[in-house]
This record gives sequence, C-alpha cells and structure tokens, in this order.
Amino acid sequence: MFKFFAIPGHDRRLIPEGRLSGPMPWVIAIMIFLTVLAAAAGLAMTRAIGDVSDELSSRATVQIVEANPEVRSRQATAAAERLRALPLIDEVRLLPPEEIEALIEPWLGTRDLADDIPLPALIDLKLVRVATDAEYRSLREALLEIAPGARVEPSSGYIAPVISLVRSLQWIAFGLVCLLALATGAAVIISARSALNTHGETIAVVHLLGGTDQQISRLFQRRIALDALLGGLIGLVGGAAIIWLISIQLTALGSGLVESVGLDWWSWLIIASIPILGMFLAMITARLTVLGALKKIL
Amino acid sequence: MLDEIVRFENVGLRYGAGAETLADLNFTLFPGSFYFLTGASGAGKTSLLKLLYLSQRPSRGVIRLFGEDAVTMPRERLPGFRRRIGVVFQDFRLVPHLSAFDNIALPLRVAGVREKDLEVPVAEMLEWVGLGDRASARPATLSGGEQQRVAIARAVIGRPEILVADEPTGNVDPEMAIRLLQLFEALNTLGTTIVVATHDIHLLSKIPGAQMMRLEKGMLADPTGSLRHPPRPKDQL
Repeated sequence: MFKFFAIPGHDRRLIPEGRLSGPMPWVIAIMIFLTVLAAAAGLAMTRAIGDVSDELSSRATVQIVEANPEVRSRQATAAAERLRALPLIDEVRLLPPEEIEALIEPWLGTRDLADDIPLPALIDLKLVRVATDAEYRSLREALLEIAPGARVEPSSGYIAPVISLVRSLQWIAFGLVCLLALATGAAVIISARSALNTHGETIAVVHLLGGTDQQISRLFQRRIALDALLGGLIGLVGGAAIIWLISIQLTALGSGLVESVGLDWWSWLIIASIPILGMFLAMITARLTVLGALKKIL
Repeated sequence: MLDEIVRFENVGLRYGAGAETLADLNFTLFPGSFYFLTGASGAGKTSLLKLLYLSQRPSRGVIRLFGEDAVTMPRERLPGFRRRIGVVFQDFRLVPHLSAFDNIALPLRVAGVREKDLEVPVAEMLEWVGLGDRASARPATLSGGEQQRVAIARAVIGRPEILVADEPTGNVDPEMAIRLLQLFEALNTLGTTIVVATHDIHLLSKIPGAQMMRLEKGMLADPTGSLRHPPRPKDQL
C-alpha cells in the first residue's frame, strides 16, 4: 500500500519536490479544515440523536386529567399501582404536585397554582424496552378502567420534530463532506495536470528511455500524496482547534440536549483519519489522472 | 542472433492531415552494422529516427524491430523495447534539474539497476566523454558541446542493441567529434547497431565499414532500399 513512499531518492529527484511551496497543500488544508468541521458536526449530531433517542424512546408519561383534586389523586395512585404490575413497565414515578408546579413555573409564575388551575397528575414511566403502538394502546385501555381521563404520551413524540431536524442537518453535513471530497479531487486533478505540463519534457525523456507509466505515475502520486498529507494535517489541527473551542462553549451552556452534542473517542478517531483518507483520495486521483494523460502519448 | 534487427516495409508517416513526411520506406538494418542517414534539412531524417526509437507509430506500412511487429505492438510492451535502444536527441533533451551524473544514470535507474552497481559505469562514462570533473554540474551550466557529450553518454550507458543518434556531432569541435565517433565505433565493434543521422559529409568517411542511407523529400534516394557504402574520401582513392 505504501510502495510509493519507497521510491529511491534519486528517482524522486526526477520531479522537484518543494514541500508546501505551491498552492496545492494549502488548498488541501482548507478542504480538510472544512471537511473536519462538517464531519464533526455530523458525528456530534449522530451522538446527540443516539443519546436522546435511547433515553426517550423507552419512556412515556401518563397524564391523569381530572378536575376534582381528590379523585385525580386517587386515580393517579391506583393507576401507578396498576402500571407497576405490568411486565412492560420497569419504573413508575408519580410526580408530586410541587414538581409539576415547578415544571410550569417558567410560564405561569410562582404563585400557588394548584387552587386555580386543575393541573393533571403526571406519572413518569420507564419501560423495559421500546414499546410498539399496539402496546401503548393496551396500556391506555388498561388505564381507562381506572382513570377515564388518562392519556399515555410516549416521550419520543415530544422530541420527534427535533430528531427529524437533526437528521436533516446530519444529511446536510454528509452532503458537505461528499462535496468537499469532490472539490478536493477536482483540485488534485488540476494540480496533477499542471504538474504534468510543467514536467512534460522530463516525462517525455523518461518515457523514451523506457520508463513505464507506473514508474512515472508513482512519482506524481507520491508528491501529491505528501502535499495532501501535509495540507491535511494543517487542516486537521485548525479544525480540531475550532471543535475544541465550540465544545467548551457548549459545555458552559449546561443544557441537557446541547450537553450531549459532543464527540466521543471513535468520532475523534474518524476525524483524525480524514487527512489520511484525503491523502489516499489525492493519491488515487493523481494516479488515475497521470495514467490517463500518459496513455495519450505513445 | 537475429538476421535482421530492423525492417521497414512500405512505411509512411504523416503528421495530422498534412502530406506524408516519409513515404514508401523499404530497408533492412542488420545487427552489428553501422549506418549513416543523410539528407538535406527537412528530408525526414529526424522523423525516420523517431520511428526507429518508438516515439512515433507510422501512418502505414510495417516496422519489424528485434523480430517483432513494432506497429501493432501493445503500448505496455514498448518500454521494454525502448530500453534496448539508445537515443541521442538533436536537442539533447537533458533533464534540467538533474546533474550530469544523474542524467547519464537515468536509463540505468529506469531499468532498475541498483545504485551501487551504477556508480562505477557512470563515472567511467563521464571520464570517457571528458566530463569527469563536471559530474555534479547541471545542464544549464554546461556548454553546448558538454551537454551533447552528456546526451551521448546517457544514450550509450545502457549498452543498447541499437544506438540512434540525431546529429550527434553538431555542437562539438572536430577533435571531440572524432572521439565520439570512435566511441560509437567501439560500441559497434561490441555488437551495437549504430544509426547516425548527419548532414556532415566529412563524417561519412571516418567509419570505413559504415553504410549510408540518403533521404530525399521523405523517400530513400535509392527506391530499392539497398544501401550504399559512403564514398571514400579523395585522399584514400
């Protein structure tokens, strides 16, 4: 795989190699920088969706809607007991009225609400697994016998629009990575063609002395691969620095969903591999470009 | 040993849609022979040499090289054949950023000769062409004559079976021209077939056993393709 790095020094000198001397490494650096940011955004969103989905998809909330507080309380207690007996339910927590009031406090203020507004009783459920629609229907039917005003709301329903949006953003990030890969390939093609023109006479001489297409293309692909690797590392360092700064700011926000927008070790591994993938992309593109051009001469 | 090393049959060469630069070439070159190719400027000498060193394919006809059809030969096989042919280009075609040593070593490196095996022969070749002290000089710092000697050294370093030289003595003084011809003759003695294109009629008499091909407007002057020995100079008559 790394045969091109083993080209003897005297053969490498056939094409002068000036590290970071041309625009190519810097173009690659910018491409990899943008790719790293787009990939990091996509990966962070993947993780966020995963964490939130895992947490919420097996949770549900039961609302007991009843105007009479005493009846409501009785129905809620009975419903909680009924739910604990079901094999689908892992944990049942009946929310105390103070906690319910705290939940709506940001909207309705701090005064004693229980006397003015008939707040529903809430039961937080943790299921043993993700329930099907049919299982939710059975759950509702079981509760209706105890509390006719009971509603069962799967928690995933609340977050579904957000997940849908994040998934769209994920696809956009993936599309950006693909576009940047295409743009990198195009930049490499232009660079390889330019190098072919610059060194056309040397190539012609090597060709006439019996040099094979593979020998000549190896020289170009090595040079372009090294340019791409150097540019890629610069882009990676720049991109990683930006991600680190953003992650610090997100952590400072302290919001549940935002906090989960982070990168784990395998995400960093994927990001770290971007310059390597970029180098291989550049190398293969350069090889195909050079071989294609050489085939046009005898 | 092949009976013939090169055979042209009804070969014609046309660049683009223009008239034929070479037409109806029929001749045979034999192993170990020495040939001069003469003709006025524009007669087609360089074009004929390009066909010989596989830089061009003919527009028509058959070229047999080392016993094989060079016209229909797959492109992948051409490098192997090119390594058996040494070429001295009219404009030298040295690699500008390589030293004289590296330029001469180029055919050996292309052929995969190990570095330790090429240092001695390249150094000897540099000495032979009188450039032993210019091994590290780049072409731009060499005179025209020195560049030509590097080009010749590069063409012969690989002991080719055919040596094709396009005006090889055009930029050197008469003394060096004779030395270079002696080098060609020595190679010829070792079995290399030599083809030298020149319009310098004085050279023709320097190699007694050489034969001559003369091109006129892209055609061999003798349409039968039989080669003539060059005329002996008056002082030898």
